[in-house]
Parts: sequence; structure tokens; C-alpha cells
Amino acid sequence: MSDRFLPIRRRDLLASSAASLALAPISLAKGANIAADALSVVKPVNLKINGADRLLTLDPRTTLLDALREHLKLTGTKKGCDHGQCGACTVIVNGQRINSCLTLAVQHAGDEVTTIEGLGAPGKLHAMQAAFVEHDGYQCGYCTPGQICSAVAMLGEIARGVPSHVSDDLGKKMTSSNPEIRERMSGNICRCGAYSNIAEAISQVAGA
Amino acid sequence: MRSFTYERAKTPQHAAAVVAANHGAKFIAGGTNLLDLMKLEIETPTHLVDVQDLDLARIEDTSEGGLRVGAFVSNTALSAHPLVMRDYAVLTRAIQAGASGQLRNKATTGGNLLQRTRCPYFYDTNMPCNKRSPGSGCGAIGGFSRQLGVIGVSDMCIATYPGDMANALSVLDAVVETIKPDGTARAIPIGDFHRLWGDTPQNETALQRGELITAVVLPKPVGGKHIYRKVRDRASYAFALVSVAAIIMPDGSGRVAFGGVAPKPWRSEEADAALPQGAGTVAAKAFASATPRDDNRFKIALAERTLAGVIAEARS
Repeated sequence: MSDRFLPIRRRDLLASSAASLALAPISLAKGANIAADALSVVKPVNLKINGADRLLTLDPRTTLLDALREHLKLTGTKKGCDHGQCGACTVIVNGQRINSCLTLAVQHAGDEVTTIEGLGAPGKLHAMQAAFVEHDGYQCGYCTPGQICSAVAMLGEIARGVPSHVSDDLGKKMTSSNPEIRERMSGNICRCGAYSNIAEAISQVAGA
Repeated sequence: MRSFTYERAKTPQHAAAVVAANHGAKFIAGGTNLLDLMKLEIETPTHLVDVQDLDLARIEDTSEGGLRVGAFVSNTALSAHPLVMRDYAVLTRAIQAGASGQLRNKATTGGNLLQRTRCPYFYDTNMPCNKRSPGSGCGAIGGFSRQLGVIGVSDMCIATYPGDMANALSVLDAVVETIKPDGTARAIPIGDFHRLWGDTPQNETALQRGELITAVVLPKPVGGKHIYRKVRDRASYAFALVSVAAIIMPDGSGRVAFGGVAPKPWRSEEADAALPQGAGTVAAKAFASATPRDDNRFKIALAERTLAGVIAEARS
């Protein structure tokens, strides 16, 4: 895109948003019993990412996803829709899969975050990563880190007895049948349509 | 997203007092709906009060034989609680019919009750919307209304309450417990919690400014067959066109609430009483005062057929 279509430059935008940031606490402070340290425009946040403590200083607006990608350069976690609809940003926080785009980094001080980089690496793949390779559980690969993080935590949910929309009997042990896997993975969209192979890869790890 | 400041509240009363005293302050729990709306600048809070440290994530027995569900209990945890699965299965079924696994892990009991409509005109900031921008008009009336409300709506707003969980809470006669900014507690029957739009569609619940949901109480189990049936445009991860929450007793009596049709879970004594007469009679009672649009008139017939399926399932 040519600059002549962009009378406002990105640098100007950044400067103006920084100015509005600086003003925010002044309007708030008027009638309030908000604690002084809450009014800071940046917050120190200690996150445990893939087992390592990482101290960041963040604008409270920073989502966990942007903290991972832009501040920690952990770009394995992907930004798809940025609205919780596609699942590309799925990470595991304290053992639970969540959409990292729909949560603020400051909400996760002290939490343990596992990203695709923490699950495995070339040469020491997590079983789910290896199964995705074996079954061609992707084409372009963009949704894959989210699919894999989601699948790993999803099998944990089955093991803990979390039911699903397609579980017939709430009194019985939850299974990892193909319909169960498909329903439980519905928060992860694959634009290439690799679903059947994704389901096979997950089934293999589940031992189904 | 507009800038804001952030704090973690230490006590429920402090959280309520801060939100009450600061115009522009809001609670944040799971954040799955609020942050989505903040990115679109439909919600523009200037201060967020995080309620995660308030010890509201427990499910406890009540002395009346029911359960008290903390407001911060996640949708996943609530739906998977053994006593909920056994005694309040309609609640498990309703929760599992909504959203995705990731969202249910983060979304909370209190936040789910407060989720905002998915009316496309509410989401599109180029369009008039009396709920988003009071007095600006309603783009949905005369617009595309296929997903929107057929009953309990007004000339100002035809949006629906979008959730699934509350439909189950409706037939369970749940009670919403709150703390007000002055520290006093309040118990609000679920049927009184969500408002009809009337002339003020921006006011969606009975909560006062700063009033914080602390728990949802489920009365002693009533038995019966617990069924939640949701009809939507795809098999998973979509909002309801119509949903039915029902508890049906062996004699055919019971309770029924319809979702996806109104500003709140749509339940009435007349409709409940008609259950033994079948789905046609129930739907006639429940939708007697309906004001559908051409695009969404189908919802009334769909609700009747969905209930017929529920009654057949209860008998099987």
C-alpha cells in the first residue's frame, strides 16, 4: 500500500495513543478510591512461560497473545481472527486451553503458560506434534500450533471427566471417539480443511 | 482498544465500591466477551477491576440441599461438577451446547449471565443501535432480523439474550446472589435478573451500578428428565436460533424455557402448565404475545418443533 493513501502515519498514531494513555489516569483519579498503583499506564507482569520466569512491563491492553508474540518473540502462537473465533492463538494456561487473544497478559501474573514452543522442539517432538506430522494434520500450518495445544489440553479434559455436547451419558466415563474429538475441537478452525487428518492424529495420541 | 487502567480487587465489597464510584469502570472476570467488545470499541471502559482474587471459584453445598456456585467458577468446571452432572444435568447440557472448549475454560458463571447480545447491528459500530448508543435508533428493525428476537422485544430493540447457561438456570429456579457497593447482599431470582428492553435497551439486567454477582444458587434438585436442545446454523460453536431447556417429570408435567427468542430465557407459568398437553399448546401459550418480523417468524414454529423433540426424548 502506498503512503499517499495514508495521510496519518503509523508513527503519528503511536504518538497520539501514547498521549491518550498518559491522560487516562487523570480523568479517573477525580472521584475515586482506586489504589494509586492501579493508575499506572504500564504494569510489571511476571509470567512463567514454558517453565521460565519472564518479567515484562506492559500496557494493560496487551493481550496474552501479543505479549507472547510481540514482547517475547514466541511467534509459534498465531494470531488469526483476534476475537476468539478461530483458535489459532490457543495456549495452555495452568493446564487449561484458552484463547490467548481474549485475555489480558496482566490477568495472568504468576500463571504457568505453555505454548507450542514449550510442548516440543525439532528432535524432541511432543507426541501430538509427531502425530500431526505422521497424519498430515495440516496444509498451510497456520492453525497447527493452536490445534496442537488445544488437542493436548482437550485430552486432559476427557481424562478429567469433562463432558461434551455429544456425550450420550453423563454418568459414564468420557471417551475420545471421533465424534467426541470433532465436537471438542470445534473451537479450532482449519481454513485448509485438514480436519479428518487432524482427528486421526489426535485419535492416535488418545489411543482410541 | 481504548486505554484503561487495571487493578485486582482484594474484596468483593471493594470491587463493587470502585466500580460504583468511577464512571467508566467495569468488572472483568473471564473477559471473553468484554475484551472482544473492547477491541471493537463497543465497550470502552477506562478502568478494569479484575475479580479473580475474590475467592469466588468454589461450588459448595447449601443447607437447603442445593448448590452455591461461585461467580468465578468457570463454565467448564460448573458443567463437569459431579453433582451438577447428576442432579442438574440440564445445566451441564446447556453449558456444553455453547461456545468452544477454550472459551468455556475462561468464561465464568457470573460473566456468562452478563454476556451481551450478538445482534449484528449491535456489533457494527457504523449502524444505529439503541443498546450501544441510546437514542440512535435500531438498525435491526427493518434490517436483517433472522437471528433476532420474536417476543419480549420492543420498538427500540429486538436483540436477544444470546446465552445457553441462563436458560437452564431459568428452569432450575436459580437465584443470583450479589453484593452491592454499600456491602449489603441481595438475592435476585433468575426470572427477574434479565430485563425486557422496553425504552431502555441499554439496561440489560436488574443489577445496580457497581453491584457484583458473587454466586448463583441452585435449589434442591427436583428430579425429572433434564434436556437441553439447541438448533443452530452449524452443529457446534454457534449461537442458537432457538433452544429449549426443559425438566420433564414422569407424568408429563415440568418446566420449559426457550432461548434465542427474547431478551431473557423465555419461561412462563402458563407454558409450564401446558406441558402435559404437548408442544403445540405450550408454544401457543409461550408465544401468545409474539411480535415476529418476516425474517424470524420461523422461530416460533421451530421452537414448537424443538420442544416436540424434547418431549419425545423425555418419554423415550
